Amino acid sequence: MTKITRRSLGQLTAATGLAAASGIRPAAAQAPSGPPLRIGYSMSLSGGLAGNGRPALATHRIWADDVNARGGLLGRPVELVHYDDQSNGAQVPGIYTKLIDVDKVDLVVSGYATAIIAPAMPIVMQRGMTIVTLLGTGVNHEFRYDRHFNICPVGSQVKETFAKGFFDIAMAMDPKPRTIAIAALDSDFPQRTAESARFLARQHGLRVVYDRSYPPGTVDFSPIMRSIQAARPDLVYIGSYPPDSVGLLRSASELRMSARMFGGAMIGPQISALKAQLGPILNNLVTWDVYAPEPTMQFPGVESLLRRYREVAAREQTDALGLYVPPLAYSQMQVLEQAVKRVGRIDQAALAADMHANAFDTVIGPLTFDALGEWTEERNLYVQYQGVTDGNLERFARPGTQVILYPPRYKSGELRGPYGASAT
Amino acid sequence: MDPELALLVNAIISGLLLGSLYAAAAAGLAISFGMLDIVNIAHPALVVLGAFAVVVVSGGLGLDPLLSAVLLAPGFWLLGAGIYTAYHHFFERRGDQALHGLAFFFGVMFIIEVGLVMVFGADQRYVDPSYASITYYFGDIDLPLRMLVPGASALATIGALALYLRTTFTGRAIAAVAQDPEALRLLAIDPVRIKRFAFGISVALAGLAGGALVVVQPIDPWSGHVFIGRVFAIVIMGGMASLSGCVLAALAFGVAENVTAAFYGPSWSPAVAFGALLLVLAFRPQGLFGRAA
Repeated sequence: MTKITRRSLGQLTAATGLAAASGIRPAAAQAPSGPPLRIGYSMSLSGGLAGNGRPALATHRIWADDVNARGGLLGRPVELVHYDDQSNGAQVPGIYTKLIDVDKVDLVVSGYATAIIAPAMPIVMQRGMTIVTLLGTGVNHEFRYDRHFNICPVGSQVKETFAKGFFDIAMAMDPKPRTIAIAALDSDFPQRTAESARFLARQHGLRVVYDRSYPPGTVDFSPIMRSIQAARPDLVYIGSYPPDSVGLLRSASELRMSARMFGGAMIGPQISALKAQLGPILNNLVTWDVYAPEPTMQFPGVESLLRRYREVAAREQTDALGLYVPPLAYSQMQVLEQAVKRVGRIDQAALAADMHANAFDTVIGPLTFDALGEWTEERNLYVQYQGVTDGNLERFARPGTQVILYPPRYKSGELRGPYGASAT
Repeated sequence: MDPELALLVNAIISGLLLGSLYAAAAAGLAISFGMLDIVNIAHPALVVLGAFAVVVVSGGLGLDPLLSAVLLAPGFWLLGAGIYTAYHHFFERRGDQALHGLAFFFGVMFIIEVGLVMVFGADQRYVDPSYASITYYFGDIDLPLRMLVPGASALATIGALALYLRTTFTGRAIAAVAQDPEALRLLAIDPVRIKRFAFGISVALAGLAGGALVVVQPIDPWSGHVFIGRVFAIVIMGGMASLSGCVLAALAFGVAENVTAAFYGPSWSPAVAFGALLLVLAFRPQGLFGRAA
């Protein structure tokens, strides 16, 4: 029999307060008991991917607190077992081997990004584990593993659909654009996005007047921007990662670069520190995103999640606004949670079957998965930054700054143009 | 101006500005690696440490980042002197500097990077001096102050240092210690003290380069990785112990990268720049300004 002590009473009070603060009804919760249900993964807490890996981990912890306050999973407390992969894919197979063979985790998920997910797959497949991954792009096209499920809006048809939003918006302009410049980092994700842009440019009969890749570690982006400027394209489509995105956008601003539409798959403006840094340079940029705090995307639970995440972020110095990875990372765990609850036991085959068969309610809306474990319906957002006057992050947390132009069902505003010197 | 010519002139000018930043990052290494024969692989990490320190001081006191870097330079000198003291005590004194010393500086690099993550987090940091958003236009030619101010400051600092090394007794002793430490002892100069002083200067230069770097681009704890290959190549191409050679090689690197990027695509930039290094080493193994053995 458990004795009630002053300490345990205090802990219960604290837990109740936490649950009340997070909008959860404590009356329905029964304290989890028994051995912990362990969820294992590698996460990039240092190295180049840590800027998104650390917010993902902070979000997973929020989810674990939430689920434990609700009585745990299968009545057992949830425990997260994670190791820092240092953003190095070579570390990942060893981590998953240890997680599965030594730590004996019950479930696995992935860390952030394709470069970390892909090296985990062979180990996960050998052990027959079901895995829910976070923001991979086309990883399962090669493996074709039927227990892989990806939390990423890109979908299965990357070439056909990734840049579709950008081109749909562009081709609706009057007069229609005729030329396009494409520049992309020599890396997997940016090159896939550039391939999609080339494919769709051909489909729309656009003439490609500049098409180059640049290597990782490029310091000065002004030669790229000058060459694009000299080609005078109507549209500029760029596939870049955060350090390059800053360099490219600053160079574009310094060179007074102008185009009828400018943007593409630029990873960087999604991150709070870069929003603050770039400020008005972002105006009229049309770029890929996964979530924006617009009225059309206010799914149940997302506002509460972001409020709690921002409290954690201030303490742990992770991405301040949490608009990029946290909603997806929380959804990653919600998918796992809902499948385990439906199946009622830890059975990897049954979990995978459930994930293929059923829909999931998440903080980023309802999700279903196709045969490859990608979202049945792609949901690549293309947002345009509008009315940015400075780097004040509060503005970016409010609706109306990152206006959704695509897909039509989430559209929250109209395109403004051109990008460049005359943008306001 | 003819568009092709404007593209070329802009590529050369932006290449010179980029080269000035490379010179800032490489000058300290020209002293530690070139003159003192210490393979300080942590030098780019020290540059990034300098950049983070500048972010803190500049943000806290509202000072210009380059001025902040100058104020921080004595602290970085002390840090450098401390690192050399440890390096000398544990490795150089025992003759273990070749491999063990290299491992030591790898360790220093990782400690700096992980320490920065623990203190500042993994996000990018930046400073935003008022001049960073100003660009001067001369017809088709443009000069962004974001590149010009740190580049010019870096060249002025290196010029002052070269003058110091050439005209002062300590400066000449630093040049001499690279060639014959034992001969220094005959002049009653302690080569260890001179090397400690010189290594302190090299780390102080890393701190100053950090100030220049954070004006040019945002930084994260791993920003130094981009520069490791470049700064060693520049020091070797310049002739190891020559500051003027280091500057010339850095400018050549910058111009080669940007002209190639403008006309043949940015993917070729590193290949052409490092190809130039191979050519120099093929025809002048001692580097541009090095003396033949």
